[in-house]
Amino acid sequence: MTPHALFTAFSTIVVREIRRFTRIWAQTLLPPAVTMTLYFIIFGNLIGSRIGEMGGFDYMSFIVPGLIMMAVITSSYANVVSSFFSMKFQRSIEELLVSPVPNWVILAGYVCGGMARGLGIGLIVTLLSLAFTRLSIHNLPMMVLTVFLTSALFALGGFINAMLATKFDDISIVPTFVLTPLTYLGGVFYSIDLLPGFWQGVSMANPILYMVNGFRYGILGVSDVNPFVSLGMILVFISVLAFIALRMLERGKGIRH
Amino acid sequence: MTNALEIEGLTKTYGDGFQALKGIDLHVAEGDFFALLGPNGAGKSTTLGIVCSLVNKTAGKVRVFGYDTDTHLSDAKLNLGVVPQEFNFNQFEKVFDIVTTQAGYYGIPLKQASASAEKYLKKLGLWDKRNTPARMLSGGMKRRLMIARALVHEPKLLILDEPTAGVDIELRRSMWTFLEEMNRQGTTIILTTHYLEEAEALCRNIAIIDHGKILKHTSKKALLQQLSRETFVLDTEKTLDSAPELNGFPTRLDAEGALEVEVEKGQGLNQVFVELERLGIKVVSMRTKANRLEELFIRMVEENAESSKAVEGAA
Repeated sequence: MTPHALFTAFSTIVVREIRRFTRIWAQTLLPPAVTMTLYFIIFGNLIGSRIGEMGGFDYMSFIVPGLIMMAVITSSYANVVSSFFSMKFQRSIEELLVSPVPNWVILAGYVCGGMARGLGIGLIVTLLSLAFTRLSIHNLPMMVLTVFLTSALFALGGFINAMLATKFDDISIVPTFVLTPLTYLGGVFYSIDLLPGFWQGVSMANPILYMVNGFRYGILGVSDVNPFVSLGMILVFISVLAFIALRMLERGKGIRH
Repeated sequence: MTNALEIEGLTKTYGDGFQALKGIDLHVAEGDFFALLGPNGAGKSTTLGIVCSLVNKTAGKVRVFGYDTDTHLSDAKLNLGVVPQEFNFNQFEKVFDIVTTQAGYYGIPLKQASASAEKYLKKLGLWDKRNTPARMLSGGMKRRLMIARALVHEPKLLILDEPTAGVDIELRRSMWTFLEEMNRQGTTIILTTHYLEEAEALCRNIAIIDHGKILKHTSKKALLQQLSRETFVLDTEKTLDSAPELNGFPTRLDAEGALEVEVEKGQGLNQVFVELERLGIKVVSMRTKANRLEELFIRMVEENAESSKAVEGAA
């Protein structure tokens, strides 16, 4: 295929993904907006006002970057895992498999589709947060880079989950039992400085902590970890997951007999 | 002339150890209308699945218009259009979107894809349904949608796996007409079907596959010439109590009381009527018991089953 044809194939996948999640906006776009608004009201306004400052900022300002990142992570992951698994389940994945689209274009298309939803939700949550607090941006490139790469990373994770899943239960196990605990314990609601030394060390093994703090650095200029280490870690994870996903596609894991 | 499809020594062993294909060789010439026939589980869908890269082969070579699927998969796929046995589109998407999206996967820009989608949706009588979600279509419409989707990138080789399964007679006939027209315009067509009448009516060359082996691979004409015996069913004016004895023609009565007469190749049908005339039996109508290809197909598959049993017994 020519570069132009490859781009057409890639954009077809991305557009189809965007069409899918906007068609079912009440399931995909509305719930995170409602959930995050509740977080802003309850944790930010009601409880936050009693907590006082954290990391030198009022509690609402402190949790906004984490909540945006939480929404981006879950939405990027959920979009790819549910879309790709549905295609497997309905066998419409065969439309792609019989076509000449290379595996890397398929992967890139799905990841970008997941990023479109994740970043779209991130934007919605950011706009909602403006009703509760004032956002100033400390380092725009760091903020943008962190959120884009994190979204890509979790879209890749969702893709691998979908490749491995054989039933619908399999696509909710990772989000429920891995992603949610790691996100809640990843410094969204608190600074790890509050934790005893041992638990600080344990927290450092949580990759989501680096992403939340990298993004928080971009917005507030404060972070529990070095933001450049955060970026480096995200890039390493992306490389590893992309390699695994491409190998699985090449072997036809779960999609070819 | 180039072969549209060449298969050499193709084998497939599934994870559970089942050997679906045992080293088959097959070639389909460009412009051919080819049927791959066989009973359920014979290996038809596995063969086509490997050609379309939906199934991983264990060994062997597949070439589409000379492009080896091991080394030039993308070029091979560009020449292929596939209509699978089961519905495999997103049931929630609109008809037009399904077809244009498929074109996009082949790198066709949206404007050109839309024109091509319109052409085939109109030809297949689905244009009025273009904005309907696929799940709202009838079974026949869904089949036609899959044909339109397979043709949107104008492939040179169209593979159809049981394209008329579950389709009513009228629609089946209109699909035959459509496929014949496609073939006349130069598209090579390979189909698998359970309706042997379909293969006899449409195809020029035929392969019969059973238990993962090609039993026969020849022209329909040559295959039908092998048919040494045909059974004719005669409806007589008066109901017969027993089958009459006709010189040189085995006879019997079927469950409805109609007379069945077996006629060997080279024997004239006239002689049957001479014999019946001699016995004072008047015939009001006549038909063949099964279509000719069906008779041959059943015989070959039965012979293969018997020889397989014999081999197993010897082992």
